[in-house]
Parts: sequence; C-alpha cells; structure tokens
Amino acid sequence: MKGSEKEFIAEAEDILEESGRLLLEVQDTYKTGTNPDTVNALFRSLHTLKGLAGLFGYAAVTDISHALESLLDDIRLGKVDITEDIIQFLFKSIDTLRDIIAAVKEGGEPEVTAYLNDIESFRKSIARSAGLESLKGIFDEAMLKVLSDYEEHRLKANIKEGRGIYQVKTVFGLSDFDKSLENVSKSIKSIGELISTLPTSRNLPPDSIGFILLFGSLKPPAEIKKTINYDVSELLGPRVEASKPQEIKETSIKTTSTTVRVDIEKLDRILNTIGELTLAKGAVTRISAEMAENYGHNPFVIDMHKISQTLDRRLAELQDQVLEIRMVPIGQIFGRLSQVIRRYSKDVGKQIELAMYGEDTELDKYLAEEIIDPLVHIVRNAIDHGIEPPEVRKRKGKKEVASVYLKAFQKGNHVVIEVRDDGAGIDIEKIRQKAIEKGLIEKGMELQRREMIELIFMPGFSTKEVVSEVSGRGVGLDIVRDKLSALGGFADVETVKDAGTTFILTLPITLAIIKSLTVRVGGEKFAIPLTTISETLVIEHRNFQTIEGREVYNLRGVMLPMARLKTLFDIGADASERSFAVVVGFGERSIGLLVDELLGQHEIVIKSLGDYFKGLKGFAGAAEIGKHEVILVIDVESAIEESLKQKGLVHV
Amino acid sequence: MKSILIVEDSTTTRAMIRAVIEDAGDFEIVEAATGFDALKCLPAHNFDLILTDINMPDINGLELINFVRNDERFRPIPLIIVSTEKSEEDKKRGMSLGASAYITKPFKAKELQDMVKSLMKL
Repeated sequence: MKGSEKEFIAEAEDILEESGRLLLEVQDTYKTGTNPDTVNALFRSLHTLKGLAGLFGYAAVTDISHALESLLDDIRLGKVDITEDIIQFLFKSIDTLRDIIAAVKEGGEPEVTAYLNDIESFRKSIARSAGLESLKGIFDEAMLKVLSDYEEHRLKANIKEGRGIYQVKTVFGLSDFDKSLENVSKSIKSIGELISTLPTSRNLPPDSIGFILLFGSLKPPAEIKKTINYDVSELLGPRVEASKPQEIKETSIKTTSTTVRVDIEKLDRILNTIGELTLAKGAVTRISAEMAENYGHNPFVIDMHKISQTLDRRLAELQDQVLEIRMVPIGQIFGRLSQVIRRYSKDVGKQIELAMYGEDTELDKYLAEEIIDPLVHIVRNAIDHGIEPPEVRKRKGKKEVASVYLKAFQKGNHVVIEVRDDGAGIDIEKIRQKAIEKGLIEKGMELQRREMIELIFMPGFSTKEVVSEVSGRGVGLDIVRDKLSALGGFADVETVKDAGTTFILTLPITLAIIKSLTVRVGGEKFAIPLTTISETLVIEHRNFQTIEGREVYNLRGVMLPMARLKTLFDIGADASERSFAVVVGFGERSIGLLVDELLGQHEIVIKSLGDYFKGLKGFAGAAEIGKHEVILVIDVESAIEESLKQKGLVHV
Repeated sequence: MKSILIVEDSTTTRAMIRAVIEDAGDFEIVEAATGFDALKCLPAHNFDLILTDINMPDINGLELINFVRNDERFRPIPLIIVSTEKSEEDKKRGMSLGASAYITKPFKAKELQDMVKSLMKL
C-alpha cells in the first residue's frame, strides 16, 4: 500500500471515530435538545470524509459519506426531527463506512449501490413525514411557497411548541409604510414570534401597499386582538397545555448561547496562577501570625489577620470554581469506550451486553483524557481474553451473550472506575508458569493468590491467556499501572474463576492543586498527597510483628505492612522507638509509611522534576511550601510497589 | 437607458454586483439595502431587471419575488436571484415563484454579465 493511502486510512478512521463520538453525544441529548453545534460538527466530519475520499478516488466512501451528509443536512436545517431510528441508522452507516475502510486496507473497495439506495430511501421515508406537505392542509399553499427555508422551519417550530398561528392584514401608504409596519411588528413581537412579512399590492390603489404578517403566539386570542389594532385571523389555534415545552425551548436556547469552549491549557494556567497566589497567601498568613506574636493584637494586626482570612476563603472559592469548570461527566469516556466495545466485540465475534453505571460521576477533564487509554486497554483485554467464545460459554452453562459493566462512583476525593466482565477469570496457574518462565519468581516459590495476581502488572509480563499485547500497540498492564500511578491513582484487580474479572481504577478527582501532608524523616521533609492517606497513627516499634521477614502492624485486626522511609530512600532518621505511621493506599494494597514527625498540611502544586531526574523512582515531583522551601512529593504508588518488592518475594 | 434594481443587504456585495454590471454596459442602477426599500423603489422606476438576495432582514427575497409577480405593473420584469450555496431549497422556491434565473455567490463576473444581458435581450 502506498504511503498516501495509509494516510487516507488513518485519517478516515479518525474521522469515523470522531463521528461516532459526536453521534453518541446526539443520542444522549436529542430528547432534551441537542446542541446544534454537535449536529453541525457531525455533518462537517462526514463532509470532510467525503472530500478526502474524493481526493483519493474511493468512490464507495465518497458516495456513502455524501448520502449521509445530505441526511445530516436535513437534520441540521430542522427539516427532520432526530429520532432513535435515525440515530441507529447513522450508527449502522458509520459501521458500514468502517467496514469499507477495512476493505480498502486489504486493497479492495466493495460494491455499495444497494447500501446507497438504502440510505436514500431511508432519507425519503423520514423527510416525507416532516416535509412542507404537513403544513399544506392548514395553510394557504400560495403563502407557504413564499416562506424561505428558515421561515418554514420557524413556522413548524412554532406549531410544535403549541403556539397558535395567526395572520394580520394591513394596508399602508407606500411612502411611509415602514414606520407603521414597524409598530405592528413590535406589538406582534411583544406577544409572540413574527414568522413572515408578506407584501402585496393586489386590489390596492397604486400609492398604497398591503402586508400579511404571519406570527405565532401562545397568548389567548382575546389578548392578541387587544394588543394588535388590526384585523387578526386565526389560522391554527394554540395547544392549551403548551406553556411548558415553550419554557424548555427557551432555556435550551439560552444554554447554547451561554456556553464557551475553553482550551484546558488556559484553565491550567489559571490554576497555576492560583497556585502561586496560594503561596503568596501562605506568606501573608505567616506574616500576620508573626506580627501578632511580635506586636500583640493591635488594630493593624487584627486588620491584617482579617484580610488574610478573607484572602484564604476567596482563594479557596476561586480554586473550587476553576476546578469545577474542569470537571466533565465520566459518561463522555464511557461513550467512547462503548464504541470500542461495539466495534471490537464484533471483530472478534463475541456478543457483549454493555451496562454502564454512574455516568454522571465527574472527573477532571485532563484525568478523563488520560484515563481513556488504560481503560481501552482493559476493555479490549476483557473482550480478547476474559470473555470466552459463545460456544465455550454455552458449555459452561453461561449466557452466550457476555456482560461488561462499566461503573464509576465517587469515593471521598477519588473517582473509582470499575470494568467488570463475566468471563473466565484470570488463570492463576498460567500466571505462575509464565512468571517462572520469565524469571519473575523462582520455581517452587509459594505465593499467595493476591501476590500471584499482582504479577500481571509487572513489566514484560504477558501471557496470551492473561494479558495481551493489544493489537500490536505494545501496551501491557504494567503501562496501565504506571499511567495510574503518574496520575496519582491506583490500579487493582479482582478475579474469580469462571465468574469474571474486575479491574478497579482509583483516581483523584483532580490533580491540579492538591492538599498534602508534610512529614519529616531525619533532616529531610517530604510531602505526601492527602488523597492517598487514609489515616495516621502513632506507633511504638515494639508493637511491630514480623511476618515473612517483613515488619507488620496489627491495625484493628488487619496486618498492615510497614515501610520505613529512611530505608526506602536510604537517609538518616531519628533513633526513636516511636514513630508516626502514615497509612497510604487502599484495601489490600495499603502500607504504613514510617516517619519521624508530622509537620502539617499544605496546598501544593506538584512540579515535574524535569528530565535530569527522569527515572528516579519514588517521587511524583517537587513542590514549594512557603518561604521558598522546596520539598519532594512522594509517589505513593511506587513506594508501595518498592516496599512490596523489598520483602523479597518478587525479584525484578 | 435600461434601469436595474439591486436588492441586497450587504453593502460590499451590493457594490460588487454594481461594479460587475456597470462593466457590462451603460445602465441606470438603483440600489435597495432592504426589501422595504425595494418595495418603495419599484413604483417610482421603470425597471428592466431586478437582482435580489434571498435572506434579508425585513422581507425576504421570496416575498419580494411573490410581490413582483403578483402585481400587474411589475410582473414582466426579469428577476435574478443572487444567493449563496447554502440556500439551495430557497432558490428552487424562488424559481417556482417566477424568478427568471439564479446565480450562486461567489460567481464569475462574465457569468452574471451574460445573464443580465440575455435577460434584457441586449
């Protein structure tokens, strides 16, 4: 295949991906009023595809995208109301285009005349139901002929909203009709919508001109006649219960016009500025406290204190507001995932029923974008290897149609995303063999079930049965975990043989500005993100127990592994027999980080360590905590991993 | 001298159409910035040709065409719709209301000049 053709295929696939996404958005919103921009964007993307395919001479793609473009044009112009049927048809068509692109990839382009006819007859079948004909019984045909496309659209919209349709006939002098007409128009606009102004000179003296004004209004005829001082005739009565739909319409128009799209980078810059301000605020607070200490509570100091408190509150508000702007419902991601699932399950010949929960759960836009690749990986993994082929499922007595659940919910400062399938589950025995083969564990080494499962997250670990290199993308589950870790989250997995596997991704809701706990180990200070901390404890070292050479602490009946930061980072620490333990992580992946002192909470903006320190494990970055003091922020996930490694069970 | 009415709400487009037509010959050209202006101009002149846009703020081009075609005085005047690609449906309606021809913006100067000349039988 020529390079240019490859480009065509790549771009066509992108366009179809985007089209699918837009269509999902339409599907989600059409009942309450889809944003016209979305339909427009969908129209444009097919328009682009048509142009592109034309350029490369792929007639089938050109013709089908052209036919779909026409269909979307009807929707865009309001000639056709969006229905579930239309949406399903468009989904089918996009799938057909995908199939054609796939065929092009193989070097051929299928014959599509039959499908083109399908599109055309489908378009006709829906266009008829909403065409001009629907108005003909009600209105004078001569008048309908004069309406422009847009006016006709407005007329229909008025009828749909249940407004009554009226006409007013007026006659004015030719020289000054515009003034008089203006007055009539104004009074009409005060009670409804002026749809059309139709001039006429029929049966009138040459120095005069007549107008027929067509308008829609919800007001009762008596009130209309009172408002307009001309002869009003009713063409179509108002629908009585119609006041509600009109309200909805009005709000939906308002929403479109008050929405702005903002580049996430701009919000990032605002947050950065807020971060800097937060530091300045910290300084003000500190100075205010120092002043109170040195000069007592004189009026200036009290004033200063008040100002610093106001600053504190307002900054927190500002920060919350900006963070809120960055939030998007996770349904957006689920929508994209459902496309992958639809397409991919079809490719591999497995039937899958998809269920989604908690689509309204909100997540930072940046995180939402970053989490999509790991999720796609997990979902494809589940379809590839988790879910058995239909015949195997039947043999096992399972439903032939497999289930995949996508579930999101908020848990404190985190969003938890679960991907569950009802497939075969992860085969522990196969992991063991593979791990031995790869030299990840030694033969005969006894691992707990939990630790075995953990192995699938190791770099380079991949068995056909358990984890796939997804379609040549070279992404393994270790990448998934690394990504989560980079985002300040966790990846976990639960699996039951023949009942299925659940991947649990835990993410902070936002990562722009985070609260952290500052701790001291010997002479060093570190920040630990508060979102990763479940509690802090004071522990006497003599209360430690040792299991398999590892220090653990009995925390309310659960053996919590302990990790000494001084050992992890090889630094000096106080020689005390008493430490603070910061409990980090979730569920079975929790550990206690032992530190010498808890110094307090700070709001920090994590800055990257830069390329020089790339590859340095254990730190998420650095942050400034007032008085130009820079400290390292601990990457909790890698600390957990590191400390689990040190127990000597897993050699990498 | 033959007299031509240009109905178009965009000042630039109006000027452009005027320039193109002036290039084709010596005509009296009257400009109307709105449909209302056009209604006022019509009885005062003896137009030999009308060029009109479709989408205008007060009355639209279709309503103007309808008005012209239903008034004995103006019915014979040839009328050209000058409109954009978007309003394909509107152009069709304009033709069915009795417009003589239509031309789509952007157009070639010669195309419009030929159209103007042939409609005025020059």
